[in-house]
Amino acid sequence: MVVINSIEKGIVIDHIKAGQGAKILNYLDIDAEKHSVAFLMNASSEKHGKKDVIKIDKVIDVDLAVLGLIDPDCTVNIIEDHIISKKIKPEIPKTVTNVIRCKNPRCVTSVEVNAPHIFHLINEENREYRCEYCDDIVSMKGDNVNEIVHKKWDGNQSGK
Amino acid sequence: MLAGRSLLEPMDFTVEEMDEIFTLADRIIEDPKKYAHACDGRLLATLFYEPSTRTRFSFEAAMLRLGGEVIGFSEPNSSSVAKGESIADTIRTVACYCDIAVMRHPKEGAPKVAAWSTEMPVINAGDGGHMHPTQTLTDLLTIHREKGSFENLTVGLCGDLKFGRTVHSLIKALSRYKNVKFVLISPEELRIPEYVRKEILIKNNIPFKEVEKMQEVLPELDMLYMTRVQKERFFNEEDYIRLKDSYILDPAKMELAKENMMVLHPLPRVNEIAVEVDSDPRALYFKQAKYGMYVRMALIMSLLGVEV
Repeated sequence: MVVINSIEKGIVIDHIKAGQGAKILNYLDIDAEKHSVAFLMNASSEKHGKKDVIKIDKVIDVDLAVLGLIDPDCTVNIIEDHIISKKIKPEIPKTVTNVIRCKNPRCVTSVEVNAPHIFHLINEENREYRCEYCDDIVSMKGDNVNEIVHKKWDGNQSGK
Repeated sequence: MLAGRSLLEPMDFTVEEMDEIFTLADRIIEDPKKYAHACDGRLLATLFYEPSTRTRFSFEAAMLRLGGEVIGFSEPNSSSVAKGESIADTIRTVACYCDIAVMRHPKEGAPKVAAWSTEMPVINAGDGGHMHPTQTLTDLLTIHREKGSFENLTVGLCGDLKFGRTVHSLIKALSRYKNVKFVLISPEELRIPEYVRKEILIKNNIPFKEVEKMQEVLPELDMLYMTRVQKERFFNEEDYIRLKDSYILDPAKMELAKENMMVLHPLPRVNEIAVEVDSDPRALYFKQAKYGMYVRMALIMSLLGVEV
């Protein structure tokens, strides 16, 4: 049994499907010098059997659009004064800008560096997204999420 | 209202807006002299990042026949692109001089980047293997002129349906009309891409079937849209030898077809239509090229908001 102390203020991303936690952590790219991060893999879960959990100290704002993109079944708990002040269920974003990188070498985004990478949800069940420019389709259920989801982007990140 | 808009994809305009363009094209065909000065003093930029003599000539002829003028480049090495200028900056600069621009680019979505960077109307003249909406307008005007309607058609598309952008655009555009069925004739390697199958055909419940050989479906077709199958697109030599004749239209195959089946081809043709077919009244591909100029005249006038 692994015990991790509660945090006073921060967020807990819970019920992450086992194996997805690393992808989320990779994307969030938390500054390890400023924040304490606890990452549990394969913790016991009544809901999923196994789950991943991420606790981040002193961080409240996370990009929910991205969480919804990678694992829409996770829950985000906002912790204030050691207690859960808010429980948020991320939704699968309809459109994401500068989150998914288009991997189609024929897409204009491969040469036009300032063009925002825009993807639209076309199939919620399979979490499939279509590139605004070249119509290439990517599935967020695939194994290449780490490759196509940006860790850090020069432009603004947003999901609608 | 089409004035001030861009044409990036075949579905950018509603069916009614398309009709507006075809009606104007009809008028131009009936009395071209009346429109000979419609675009006096207007300047069209032709930005061809990859060579395409046919499409460029068609646009240039269209603008010149409207009384307008044309400037541009026909390969990127002769332009600032060779110095690494972005598409956005190029179009912003061009917009300082011109009233409307036509862009062909090897990268998919490039004309969209251009259109988002300027108020000037931008026309996509082909972006990689993606879209070619003015070819679609050409194809549709041909059907409009020759059949009078887009409804109740069984449309055969033959050849390279995977990389053939004219095919994707035509399927998109025709899928908006009532009771259109598609017969997709191609080797397995060159079937339509997933996004066309899923997002257009399946999503809109449009009947379609995929077959390997033309002969078996020819009698059902009201229209046959031919494209070129390149040897290098096949995965192996065996399949190429087995199937190559299935994608060549010749007089013997034409005998299997309906008396009023239209044969269209975006051109250039290599060997996929035997020259003997050219004299068949059902062969419309050269007429189609002429319609292409007229529809581009109508498009330029509409986007510039010019009325005669």
